[in-house]
Parts: sequence; C-alpha cells; structure tokens
Amino acid sequence: MGFDIDNYLTGLAKNNVILHYKGNVDSEVINHILDTVEDKMVQVNEQAKLRKKVYNVLVESLQNLYHHVDKVPDDFEDQTSEKFGLLIVEKVDNGYKIITGNFVHADNIEKLEEKIKRINRSSHEEIKELYKFILNHQRISAKGGGGLGLVDIARKTGNKLDYTFKKYNDKYFFFYLNILVDEREQV
Amino acid sequence: MEPIIIEGTPKTPTVKFDATEGVFEIKGRSIPENSVEFYKPLVDWLDSYKETPLPKTVVNIRLEYFNTSSSKCILDVFKKLEAIHKAKNEVEVNWYYEEDDEDMLEAGEDYESIIRVPFKMIEIVE
Repeated sequence: MGFDIDNYLTGLAKNNVILHYKGNVDSEVINHILDTVEDKMVQVNEQAKLRKKVYNVLVESLQNLYHHVDKVPDDFEDQTSEKFGLLIVEKVDNGYKIITGNFVHADNIEKLEEKIKRINRSSHEEIKELYKFILNHQRISAKGGGGLGLVDIARKTGNKLDYTFKKYNDKYFFFYLNILVDEREQV
Repeated sequence: MEPIIIEGTPKTPTVKFDATEGVFEIKGRSIPENSVEFYKPLVDWLDSYKETPLPKTVVNIRLEYFNTSSSKCILDVFKKLEAIHKAKNEVEVNWYYEEDDEDMLEAGEDYESIIRVPFKMIEIVE
C-alpha cells in the first residue's frame, strides 16, 4: 500500500471544505489563501471575533509551513515545490478546522513532537507565560521563524494541538496538524 | 531627522514616525513573512531619535492583525522606547484594540508586562 496524502485527508475533512491547497507555499500563495478565506467568512457574515481568530491562526499555520517545512523526499511526486505544504480549511459546527500537512525529516520529529507535547500539557495560563517567555528571550531564527507559531495557535484557539506523523519512508514522515478554531468560551 | 512615512499594504502596516511632533503611529496589518526586513529601518530610526528625543513621545499602535514574527519586532520597537523613557523622557504608548478583540488586548498586556513604559489600553468602539 502506497502513501497517499489525500486519502488520509478525506477521512479528516468531511463536508464543508472551503479551501483545499496542495503545493508550493510561497508568499503569493499565502496572500491568495488569506484573501480567499477572509472573503468567504465575510460573505457568510461570520462574527468578527471568530473571523479574526481564524485569520490569525491561518496566518501562523501558513507561515509555519513557509518557514519550517523540510524539503520533499527524492521520490515524491512533486519535486518542483521548494516549500511543499498542504492546507485544508473546513467549516464545522461551531467554527473552522484548519488542517496543514508537510514533510518532516525523521531527525526533526523528536524536537517538534516535544514542543507540541509541552504545549499540550500546559494550562491556558502557562501557555500565556510560555508565549511571553519566548517573545522576550528567543531571537528570530535563521529560517525567519520566531518559534512562537504553535504556541500562539494553542493560545488563541484554547484547544490542544491535534497532530499525527504518518511514515513516508525511513527518512521522512508526513506531519498533519489538525487545528480547531471554535466559538467556545475560553477558560 | 527625516520622518518615516510608509503606506500600508495588505501585509504591512502604515507607519508615521515624525521626530518634530514626537507622535509615532503603526496602524493596520502586520503579517509579513519577513518582518525583520520591514521593522529594521524603524528600529534603526528610533535608535537615532533616542539620542535627542522630544520631552514627550506618544506612540499609537493600532493594529488589526499581527503575526508572531512581527511580535518580536514590535518588542524591539518598544525596547527602544523603554530606553528613551529610562533616560527621563516622557513616553506614552496607546495600544488600540477593536471592541471584543480580547486577543489584541491580551497582546498589549503582554508588552505592558515586559516593557517599563506606561501603556494605555484603548478600546475602539464602532
């Protein structure tokens, strides 16, 4: 059985997919996706508070892909995308689901997973403190990321980071991040 | 000092830094992929301004969105203001947030807790 990114996604995203993108994540693509999703939320008169949260989380998700994706495996179908990523935005009952996917080299998994686990075992108050600590103490990396993207996503949504690593081969995994942005009152 | 006047774009804010008035403004959206490139000239400008600042400097931050990469650069801007304040000049930051935008209010409070400059949180009621 081969590896199929989309098959896995069909299981994750159910009905109201408002955007589905797979390919190179450059600045232009990010602009286009942000405009499209913002327009769609305005069209359906989504309340400002939720709309802003979704927009913020979408910015961070896309820029996480932009700054951090590893290069694709040599035998992957798309060799032209320098920063290959995948994004699905889906309307769900109380909000929106944002699913991202990207290749992670096996060597980088442990560090990423440790970061997510640390966030997931923190309370909302601890996440706020973690955010402030990183903001004040960590410099912007060579890749251009601030190391705050995932912390910010967890803080703004108030939800745990739901994620999976699917094995592609011995060297590569495909990392899915499944983010729920909903209207639930935060604690 | 030449003022800095930058028109806003969908990803970068409108900026007005005028040393003759002592009123500085950053307004709009700040979500560029490379925020250092955008903010470095502002931080450098403040570095020069802090040599001979006006007795009172007012800074208006009126952002609709900003990304985490900008958040570090905005902190660098505030650190320059903190240095001006520390040298016994009056500095005031007005942090604007839209009605119900608790995330933006909290972001302002984050800075207020890190930077030793008086902040005023101002809710924009439509």
